[in-house]
Amino acid sequence: MNHLHFAWLEAAILLPLAGALAVFRMRNPIQARQTSVLFSGLAAICSIGAWQDFFTLHAEVANDRWDLVSQICGARYLVIDEFSAPLLPLVALLYFLTILATLSTKLKRFSFAWTLVSESIALATFSTSEPRLLIVLLALAAIPPYFELRWRGKPTTVYALHMALFVGLLMLGWHFIESEGATSREHSLMALLPLLLAMLIRNGMAPFHCWMTDLFEHATFGTALLYATPLVGAYATVRLVLPVAPDWILRSMGLIAIFTAVYCSGMALIQREARRFYTYLFLSHSAQVLVGLEAATSLGLAGGLSVWLSVSLSLGGFGLTLRALEARRGRLSLAEYQGLYEHAPALAVFFILTGLASVGFPGTFGFVGTELLIDGAVAAYPFIGMAVVLAAALNGIAFVQAYFKLFTGTSYTSSVPLKIGSRERFAVLSLAALILGGGIFPQPGVASRHHAAVHILDHRYNRSGTPHEGVHQEHEAADPRNSTPLAH
Amino acid sequence: MLDQPLIPVLLGLVVVATPLLLVLVLGLSSLFDRPLQERTTGRCVQLASWIGLVASLAMLAWMLSTGARYVPIEPGNWVAIEHGHSHYHFEFKFVFDRLSVPFVILTFVLCGTIGAFGTKYLHREAGFNRFFVLYAFFLLGMVVASLAGTIETLFTGWELVGLSSTLLVAYYHERPAPVRNGLRVWCVYRVSDAALLIAAVALHHLRGEGDFSLLAGQGWPYGQAGLTSNEALFIGLLLLLAAAGKSALVPFSGWLPRAMEGPTPSSAVFYGALSVHLGAFLLLRFSPLLDLSIGLRVAVICVGLVTVVFASVTARVQTDIKSALSFASLTQVGIIVVEIGCGLRYLALAHIIGHACLRTLQFVRAPMILQDYRNMENAMGSRLPRLASTWILLLPDRGRDWLYRFALERGYLDAILTDYVVEPVLRVFRWCDRMERLWTDGLSGGSSRESDRVQPGAIGPIEETL
Repeated sequence: MNHLHFAWLEAAILLPLAGALAVFRMRNPIQARQTSVLFSGLAAICSIGAWQDFFTLHAEVANDRWDLVSQICGARYLVIDEFSAPLLPLVALLYFLTILATLSTKLKRFSFAWTLVSESIALATFSTSEPRLLIVLLALAAIPPYFELRWRGKPTTVYALHMALFVGLLMLGWHFIESEGATSREHSLMALLPLLLAMLIRNGMAPFHCWMTDLFEHATFGTALLYATPLVGAYATVRLVLPVAPDWILRSMGLIAIFTAVYCSGMALIQREARRFYTYLFLSHSAQVLVGLEAATSLGLAGGLSVWLSVSLSLGGFGLTLRALEARRGRLSLAEYQGLYEHAPALAVFFILTGLASVGFPGTFGFVGTELLIDGAVAAYPFIGMAVVLAAALNGIAFVQAYFKLFTGTSYTSSVPLKIGSRERFAVLSLAALILGGGIFPQPGVASRHHAAVHILDHRYNRSGTPHEGVHQEHEAADPRNSTPLAH
Repeated sequence: MLDQPLIPVLLGLVVVATPLLLVLVLGLSSLFDRPLQERTTGRCVQLASWIGLVASLAMLAWMLSTGARYVPIEPGNWVAIEHGHSHYHFEFKFVFDRLSVPFVILTFVLCGTIGAFGTKYLHREAGFNRFFVLYAFFLLGMVVASLAGTIETLFTGWELVGLSSTLLVAYYHERPAPVRNGLRVWCVYRVSDAALLIAAVALHHLRGEGDFSLLAGQGWPYGQAGLTSNEALFIGLLLLLAAAGKSALVPFSGWLPRAMEGPTPSSAVFYGALSVHLGAFLLLRFSPLLDLSIGLRVAVICVGLVTVVFASVTARVQTDIKSALSFASLTQVGIIVVEIGCGLRYLALAHIIGHACLRTLQFVRAPMILQDYRNMENAMGSRLPRLASTWILLLPDRGRDWLYRFALERGYLDAILTDYVVEPVLRVFRWCDRMERLWTDGLSGGSSRESDRVQPGAIGPIEETL
């Protein structure tokens, strides 16, 4: 096992936890925000450090330098690999920017302490590939939003029921998997079906998606955003399902994901309120990621992983833009024109930019990933895979419709300035830079994701001894550090 | 690219880089909330148009002097994945040939003209900077689409043109009508984009890549497509659908008059001249496919003919000059499509160039039409004659009335698409939404949606709603 040069992972996980302990004692919300920004910023730096450190090692897997966790527990729980390396800074960045962009109007509603706890759990989740710990962390991650709903006096039944079902099925499924031999690829339906259902629930696949819309309805936008956008469900799918599931299970999940992608894009079209619109837009995109993951070909999986990064960045930014608008106008109706462009042109530009990035517009990070994803989907599901294109088209229509409803169509007179604040501008500009940077120079990102996809598939097929797409043939893996243009 | 002569490579890169640079200058200044002054913007636009035009003309001169008919500019693979049996290339490739060079020169001429016109026309308009940012995106999109050597490159330009066109239709966005029309245009464009994307994916699966040189040879218009007849028919029909959306061919003709909601400069250059011909350009680029499938040629000719009849009838009853001009444009585009279907490719190209120049002039003169008529009538000393068509006089009264209503309602195309395609789909999703509400209400034991209480237009108490 390779070691990083510093205990980056543990630091990234423990810093938000320490921040949470400090913030829990604070009465002043502005001080709480400043402290949260500091600790989540440090966590982001540590996660970037882990990514860069891992990158310089040229290793497949690595763990922390001193690895206190393994010394205490006797097992290597915290690891970083090609797949998770860019996801860690992505998650940390989303938390940091969400905390940073929280306006004063939301200080009393948005719990910084619980957000930091959630961040710690999320970073731990993305730092482990050990199934049992992963299941425990997935269960723990569901708790802070539940308490927030309770404290705010909102209905919890839909969320709690789905999450309880998810955790229960996950534990049940994994128990059977382990009893049948976790390294085997021959598992009974008794083991696979609970696991499959659990993943469908956590990923918000139709018809198990209503908890997600309910969470966005009742929780603060920031909490819901941070629970959804890192795509923890997709991570769990890669770690828990992909290694053990037979092809027919993946194909079934893929078909459900294609249906969800189209269904949710259609639902996004008819929403009359911005949060619900955003939720369906997000669900449609996360389903597209799943389509790529379940294609189980290196190109399709690379497409799925690329779109994952793109979706998290773009819809994270899109969500922050909507949240900024909500902070100024309250819950946003899409039933009529709001005409906010003249008051907040920068927000309008970011809304368009992040929306376009989410649908894989040329010049954004999602462009090549979406092409790869569609290629992979069509290869895996001829003709049905074309539905992904339909979903992308409907999402494009839905987002432009929302843009027109929110920013145009009438002249709005405001008695207070609604311009974007400096912290918000920094948050969205950071995401915009990543989106456009990844769009203009896509090769490193896509090659890295393809590399990760090959390793995931190697791991999957080495367990079963079944070859795939030349993984076991002589090949020259596309190394992101020395990829060269190919002559046709 | 390194083994090619240096002069054409440099010229080609200048042609592509100039509009890109314009986008960066205008776009980034807007992104950082530091829009340029009107005069600076105007100069940037003029400079970009002139540099691009001169470089294009120089390329043409070089090609004519050396006899080169095909000059590819290949900056290299944008993305390349090579692993085992899986190969994936994503290449930006630009091609200067007998189709792209005239089209890119036309683009620079018309965009430059309209850029100069627009700086005066939109002087002190609140959306001046927004117009020129979108204009820059449009110019880049047109140049990239014109010079595209792979279907991915074409798709990039295609998308840029679509987005900028949509936002320009909705330019006067403080009123709902332009916005609604912009959304209509966008919807049609998305269908068109989806068709093109599926065609690109199909090409990747059939040929492994989307390079036009492998698909249609290196000598437009005489290339040979390396596909079977059925493959050509399948991909060709997708491309025809894409072209129909972009060029407002029947049944998508409804968006063209709606696009006239935008400011006159954009109406002139985009929907009267360039954007509306992009579909025809696509068919021209893929014209070797037509040689492989009689069915595809028949389909192209039929769509063109139906568009010609529809547009020429509809144009006669329009009550505003921009709508009349838009349908007149559509009539010519229909004829161009028929020419392409009949294999008259050079004629179609010449027709596009001539028609685009004439229509641009007519559009920019459109605001002066009453003044022009008055001057003509003053010079003649009498009213301009208004002659009824002899063909109309042959129709019975009832037929004439029906035809008039049909033309006035623009062939009911928008209503048919709305009532029989859009609304049924939306009804299904609304029903699903109701079912979801029942499900979550049932689980929650009461109303489960706070969003139901969001009042349109009313600012809810922030403490309550966040």
